Order: sequence, then C-alpha cells, then structure tokens
Amino acid sequence: MDAVISELPKFLSGFQMTLILAVTSGVLSLILGIILAAMRVAPFSSLRGFATIYVETVRNTPLTLVFVFFVFVLPTLGIILPLGKVPAIIALTVYTSAFICEAVRSGINSVGIGQAEAARAIGLRTSQTLSLVIIPQAVRTVIPPIINVLIALTKNTSVAAGFTVVELTSTGRRLSLNHPDQVIPILLGVAAFYLLITIPAGLIAGAVERKVVFAR
Amino acid sequence: MTEIEKVTEATRDPLVVLDSVNKHFGDLHVLKDINLTVNRGEVVVVIGPSGSGKSTLCRTINRLETIDSGSIYIDGKELPSEGKALANLRADVGMVFQSFNLFAHKTILDNVTLGLIKVRKTPVSVAQAKARVLLERVGVANQAAKLPAQLSGGQQQRVAIARALAMEPKVMLFDEPTSALDPEMINEVLDVMIALAKGGMTMIVVTHEMGFARKAGDRVVFMADGQIVEEATPEDFFTNPRSERAKDFLAKILEH
Repeated sequence: MDAVISELPKFLSGFQMTLILAVTSGVLSLILGIILAAMRVAPFSSLRGFATIYVETVRNTPLTLVFVFFVFVLPTLGIILPLGKVPAIIALTVYTSAFICEAVRSGINSVGIGQAEAARAIGLRTSQTLSLVIIPQAVRTVIPPIINVLIALTKNTSVAAGFTVVELTSTGRRLSLNHPDQVIPILLGVAAFYLLITIPAGLIAGAVERKVVFAR
Repeated sequence: MTEIEKVTEATRDPLVVLDSVNKHFGDLHVLKDINLTVNRGEVVVVIGPSGSGKSTLCRTINRLETIDSGSIYIDGKELPSEGKALANLRADVGMVFQSFNLFAHKTILDNVTLGLIKVRKTPVSVAQAKARVLLERVGVANQAAKLPAQLSGGQQQRVAIARALAMEPKVMLFDEPTSALDPEMINEVLDVMIALAKGGMTMIVVTHEMGFARKAGDRVVFMADGQIVEEATPEDFFTNPRSERAKDFLAKILEH
C-alpha cells in the first residue's frame, strides 16, 4: 500500500493521460460515429457504401493493429505524426467511431418506420424527419450501448501503453518494476483509477436516460 | 339521374389522377396498369381481398411508395420525385395510417401542431389554437397534454385524423384506418370520417368497413390481384356485383 501512496503523483499523471485519451477520443469518435451512422442511412448508395466499408474494416481489425498502422506504417508512407498521444488519439478515434456508428444506427432503426412515414406524410423534409422525429426517439435506445462503447474505449486506452504513451497501465508497469514486492496493491490502484472514469460514466448515462424517458 | 350519369358528371373536376400506374415488389406485380380518377369532394372507397394492392395504391398517391411506370397527378400537377417539392405536395395530402403512427415522444397537442409550425411556418400560438379546435372536433380535446401511449387506439386514430386535417389537405388518404382497432372503438373513428365526408372532404379510403362504404362512399373501387376489377356506386356494388371476383369476395365477408 505504501508504494501507492508514495507514488501518488505518478499515478495522477498517468491517470491524467488516460483521461485525456479517453475524453478526447470519446468526443471525436461520437462526432465521427454519428456522421458515419447518418451516411449509413443516407439515400445515396455511395455514402452508404463508404461508411459500410469503413465500419466493417475497422471493427474487424484488432486495436493493436490500428495503433501499429498509425505509429509505424504511416511514417513509412511519408506521413509523420508527433509521437505520443496524437497517434494514440487518432487510432482510438478511428477504432471507436465504427462501434459508435453501429450503436447509433441500431437506435435509428429501432424507431419504427411508421414514425418516419408519418413525418414525411405531413410534409417534413428528410432532415426535419431525422432531427424532429427520429433522433429524439432514438436517443433513449442509443444511450446504453454508447456507454458500453465508451467504457470499452476507456479500457482500450491501455493499448497506448505499448506505443510510448505513459498513461495509467504504463505507469503501473513501471511502478511494479520499481516496487517488485508491491505489485498487487499497485495493480489494484491502477484498476481503481479506471473505475474512477467508468463508474461516473455509467451514472451519467443512467441520469440522461431517465431524463429522456417517455412511454411508447 | 342514373348511376353512370352521376359518375360522368363528377369527372369534370379531377383532383387525383392515376394514369397507367405500374408497381412491382421484386417479381410481384402489385399494381397492374391502374387508371383511377378521384374528383374534388368525392369519397372513393377501395376494397378488395388482402394482397390485392389496395394499400400500395393508397401509398403511391403521396409517394410513400414509388411507382415503376405511369403518372400520378394531384390537382393538375404531376407528383415530384424528391426533395422540397415532394415535401410540399405531401403537406397538401393528408394521410391516416392503420397503426396511427402518432409521434411517440410528443404530446397530443404537439403531434397536431408539428406540421403547422415546421412546414406551414404558422406561429406557435395560432397553431395551438387551431389544433385545439380540431381536437375538439374529433372529441379528444381533454387529452391534449398526454402522450400518445396514454390514449386508447380509437382516440389515437382520431388524433391522427386531426393531425392530418391541421394541414388543410386537398385530399385525405385513409389506409385501413380501423383495422388495428378493437371492435368497440371502430365506430368512434368511422363517425369522424363520416362527418368529414359529409363536410365535402375528398377522401380515398382503403377499408374493410362495408357500412362506411354504404353510408359515406360515392364510389366503390374493387381491387383484386393488383387490378381494378370493378367500379360502381356502393348501392350498385353491394346489391349487384358484376365480376366473379367481387361476388366471391362479398360472399366471403357477408357470410358472418
């Protein structure tokens, strides 16, 4: 236990990096994922095709390979990103947005086709049908799976430890090497810091869900 | 005046015209060369066995179903294929669905005002006043603040009629409006529709309610296998069907 307390500053800086990775990639992949989902239900086959290929390629690739691509492969193609958190955020965003896209798309599909037909029948345009009728109803169904994805993202940030980013997992590994007699408390400390992100995320999700609840 | 003369006289003011309309679902030819003219103020009741294409016919008129060939005209203008022009046309064509399709996340009042506010750009207070008058007319004014799921099926369908009427449509389409209702609620919806018909609204009604056809219909269109088999006044059709398909169909539904 002493090591956890004496090394708290290192834990905190690792935690800070994990938080930066999770929040930045989370926000970016929400934006990208919603755009992709809109493309997947768009009335243009070119947009649908592009989004489908993107999602199927990315979500079927191991995250580590996505990291390898952005950290090692891109530079050999002449695209050099600064080492550290930038390629990590890009890799996490690219990967997570595919899952967000599918969660949002399933939410859109969960709203009955009759709702869209009724909206179109009173003369609403496609964009109004989506924003006034479909999305407000999809939000409720979409929140639980999106929180799942974001919790997975928080834990996936640990992959960055293998690519020169000093975040929680990386910090834990270094500290265990320095304090070989206290590996278990250190790892428990690491786990507790992850919970510090994921548990509030779940609570916020529950609150939002209750707020948008309505009877069907 | 004979029945035939009455029909020809009415053809002088066509509001909805379907000209050689064809539609396929994959290999299935659901609409076969449909020609139909509905005149202003006329109430046309479309009946026929299930799978005969009558719902599809109804849905092509505001282009919820696209057609493969032929043309559809509303008030002299051909149906636009997409975009704003199509949205504007749909605003002029009221539609009532079998499954009501009220917006589940909006109150009854908001269901009725949404089109007025977002499509007609009516000020909110004016739209709400108008919606309350319409809800009063269909007998659900005291439910205005509730969500659709809190209403009975019959009440929901009457709200759906009010929602369509709010847009002041030129023609109202009813796609089996009472088929999803419990028997005791069918009449409350039919009463609203009969009042509407007597008030001069142009209506195209796909239904199994023969009583409605007799009471409020000007003309019955009998469909089978994607074709219009017979057109006649309700009286004529029910007492003296000409085609074998119609005789067969009437025998089946009147047995009970």
